[in-house]
Amino acid sequence: MILHPSILALFVSSLLICLMVLYSTVYGIQILRRWDIASGSESQLALERKTYLISTIVSYFLGFQLVSLFLFIFTADSICHLFVGAMCAVGTLTVNPFGYPTLLLKVVTFLLAGFWLILNHADSLGYDYPLIRTKYLLLVVMAPFILAETVIQGIYFLGLRPDIITSCCGSLFSPASRGIATEIVNAPPLPMLALFYASSGGTLLCGAWFLARGRGGGLFALLNAVQLVVALTAIISVISLYIYQMPSHHCPFCILQQEYHFVGYPVYIALFGAAICGFGAGWLSRYQGIASLAEDLPGLCRALTVVSMACTAILVAIASGYVLLTGFTLR
Amino acid sequence: MISARDITKTFNAGKPNEFTAVSEVTLAIDFHRVTILKGPSGSGKTTLLGIVGCMSRPTSGRIFLGEREITSLPERFLTDIRRRTFGFIFQQFNLIKGLTVLDNVMTPAYPTSERFPSLRKRALETLALFNLEHKADAKVEWLSGGEAQRTAIARSLINNPSIIIADEPTAHLDTKLSHEFMAIMRRLKGEGKTIILSSHDPIVYDSDLADSVVEMRDGRIVSSGPRP
Amino acid sequence: MRDALERQRHILDFTIASLLRRKGKNGSLLAVYTLIIFILASVLFFTHALKREATEVLRETPEIIVQRTMTGRYQPIPLAYADRIRDIRGVITVQPRLWGYYYDGNFLANYTLVVPREDPPEPGKIDIGSGISRIREAYPGDIIGFTGHDGKPRNFSIRKILSDESQLISADLILISEADYRDFSGISADQATDLVLRVRNPKEYTTIAEKITRLLPDSRPIVRTEILRTYDAVFSWRSGLVIVIFSAAALAFVIFAWDKATGLSAEERREIGILKAVGWETSDVLQMKFWEGSAISLTAFLLGMILAYAHVFFASSFLFAPVLKGWSTLYPQFRLVPYVNFGHVAAIFFLTVVPYTVTTIVPSWRAATIDPDAVMR
Repeated sequence: MILHPSILALFVSSLLICLMVLYSTVYGIQILRRWDIASGSESQLALERKTYLISTIVSYFLGFQLVSLFLFIFTADSICHLFVGAMCAVGTLTVNPFGYPTLLLKVVTFLLAGFWLILNHADSLGYDYPLIRTKYLLLVVMAPFILAETVIQGIYFLGLRPDIITSCCGSLFSPASRGIATEIVNAPPLPMLALFYASSGGTLLCGAWFLARGRGGGLFALLNAVQLVVALTAIISVISLYIYQMPSHHCPFCILQQEYHFVGYPVYIALFGAAICGFGAGWLSRYQGIASLAEDLPGLCRALTVVSMACTAILVAIASGYVLLTGFTLR
Repeated sequence: MISARDITKTFNAGKPNEFTAVSEVTLAIDFHRVTILKGPSGSGKTTLLGIVGCMSRPTSGRIFLGEREITSLPERFLTDIRRRTFGFIFQQFNLIKGLTVLDNVMTPAYPTSERFPSLRKRALETLALFNLEHKADAKVEWLSGGEAQRTAIARSLINNPSIIIADEPTAHLDTKLSHEFMAIMRRLKGEGKTIILSSHDPIVYDSDLADSVVEMRDGRIVSSGPRP
Repeated sequence: MRDALERQRHILDFTIASLLRRKGKNGSLLAVYTLIIFILASVLFFTHALKREATEVLRETPEIIVQRTMTGRYQPIPLAYADRIRDIRGVITVQPRLWGYYYDGNFLANYTLVVPREDPPEPGKIDIGSGISRIREAYPGDIIGFTGHDGKPRNFSIRKILSDESQLISADLILISEADYRDFSGISADQATDLVLRVRNPKEYTTIAEKITRLLPDSRPIVRTEILRTYDAVFSWRSGLVIVIFSAAALAFVIFAWDKATGLSAEERREIGILKAVGWETSDVLQMKFWEGSAISLTAFLLGMILAYAHVFFASSFLFAPVLKGWSTLYPQFRLVPYVNFGHVAAIFFLTVVPYTVTTIVPSWRAATIDPDAVMR
């Protein structure tokens, strides 16, 4: 283990947050088992009070997780020179097999927490707790991921030894090596760019249709999920090339650095924001039939759809800015 | 009409100190009238007021506010209804120390989205009804008993509720202030408010203001009907 | 949307007013909180700035340095070694260097003597760093005296003062001619302090270092990247260590915060009871507690960071520089180049605000779920 301040910070905070989430999951399970809205018994009243605690904890978790996601990458980046062969975060993350899983789990738990809060908000609009079971089932699903993230992050940090020889984005994301990363990189750039625009355009169109007609929510949710994967792939395989203006540098992390005007932060925030809100909006449209939600749900869906579409538009605008204005060409 | 059917409220259920404050109470309260809950302390008046006023939920039984059943609404909705429908006056005034009279009066309206200037204007108007406008910027701990009481009443009216609930309002007042309080209640009744009072003070329950008196003992209703 | 904002504004107004009403309690919390952030931020800023200074120094350092050792101790290296190393494939140049330290007993300071490769002063003249200039009150044209290895004094006239772009590097520096240095230190004409190499291909550093050790068993090649990593590890390790020790204090703070948050005074409990009775909902009170926590954390965070910034970059970290620097207080005052990045801010945030917030969640929730009819009972 390296006694780096940021590592200690990530370690301590994720431990604390994980404990809080587990604590709230225990109550989540109690709610799943003993919930009885018709009863006015003290235990039911106590459970209803617990719902406030749980949503508070998850809200804080979401906020902290966003910062922790970027701090994790930032830290990986700033300690890379301790490892032979590492030149950026990619190198640090490949020092042992737990780096990428940690990052992936951080993203997954972040997305899940965002989605949970949307469900939670929708639930609070109905006077009879219409989504209470769905919501706490999701919490129970989410908890193991959060626990896994803390544990795997711990193992990853404990396994960091400065004498390890690692490889870096040059070799990991270069067409010569094999693995999922190279599959992404090997995606032919120009068709990938076309796919990115097609997916973004499709998502925006579907969102507009959903806004206008109130239908097609399921498709919108699906398209947003697809868009998340497509956009991530496109960022690595082609958009990064325009940002770096180098024909073979495919790094998803270097765009977070000052040299590239921190453009990675708006890019990733827009990408995740679009995914969470878009998926949430589409998913919520399933509940339009619930009587207690009939009045307020459509408004919430519309607001989420608008936010999601705005995020997608920002992402497309940034990408297009680089593709059109940098004068770099892939030909 | 507010109607309560078979209301029971039990505290510490299943524990050795289990205690039923209200048991199987059925009650109907008419709008635009003054209803008095009468009975010794510990008879369950306050608990029943809390349940009728959407402050707490009964352990069993059902409550209707007009046509709408409000028994098992989550706290969020119950609070919303309470804020819009009921104004509360407490035994000990329960003003927040350190805040001015004006701030105290505006407190119940903070969770609403009313714009601040209009809220402030309404609060000052309400204070003027009770001759308190010159005290608006005074801290509440400097008020006399009568002024504190009138501030508490002004606060209960800030969200323009249709029902006023007062729990033992005269318990800490001398005779003169108690009569003054009843005079204010008379004025509010004249404005069409529904008033529910709990008291064991004859000034309150023997007042000609009372349209109906409900007598309670040990958590049950012993008698109810128009004032004898 | 505007409605929600208006509601938040009301609650925020109320929160700030109630924070100000309890100046004593919140003031002490704020003071402790600020102190913790101040210390943490100072440690981080300081070690990082030192690391940067060190990197700056090492940027100038040659890729490979060869020293000679005798039973593990450093020895001057014969110039003949340079010719043998030059024959190794891949080595472009080999340069002997002459440098050392000089302890000035009158001013209790250590100077670094270096014979520069380019533009050396002519014999009898020296260039000095700004630190030496300051403590000796010596300026260009002045004569300055040092005691040589044989105990005899030698006088030099000052040619110029070195620019102090990075004081940590040049403050204690004396540039001297080769002849003067040999006379001053007593090193013989066929020896040098060490050798520096330039190598064509960075990938060959290790191979060449190995070849040198095989060729000249009493030599010790030092590769630059190796030094960089060692420095970095040492500085990170030091600040990490300080933080570990410090977390004991932070823990005390968390307990303190917990105590403050759980030990709601009867007055506060009554106040929340009143709010709930007059129509505030649990989430409104939670909202208020959120604003309360944010206001305290934000104030402490900004205050602590600004104080730490001033402490490290303007006040020379007078509070704990001796501990962290780990060498004697050579420079009465030196300025580090101000530098703060996202990583620092986020790390301090996670080490202070997150633990504080986590400890206050449950007590706030407890306070917020007081029964609305509690004040009536």
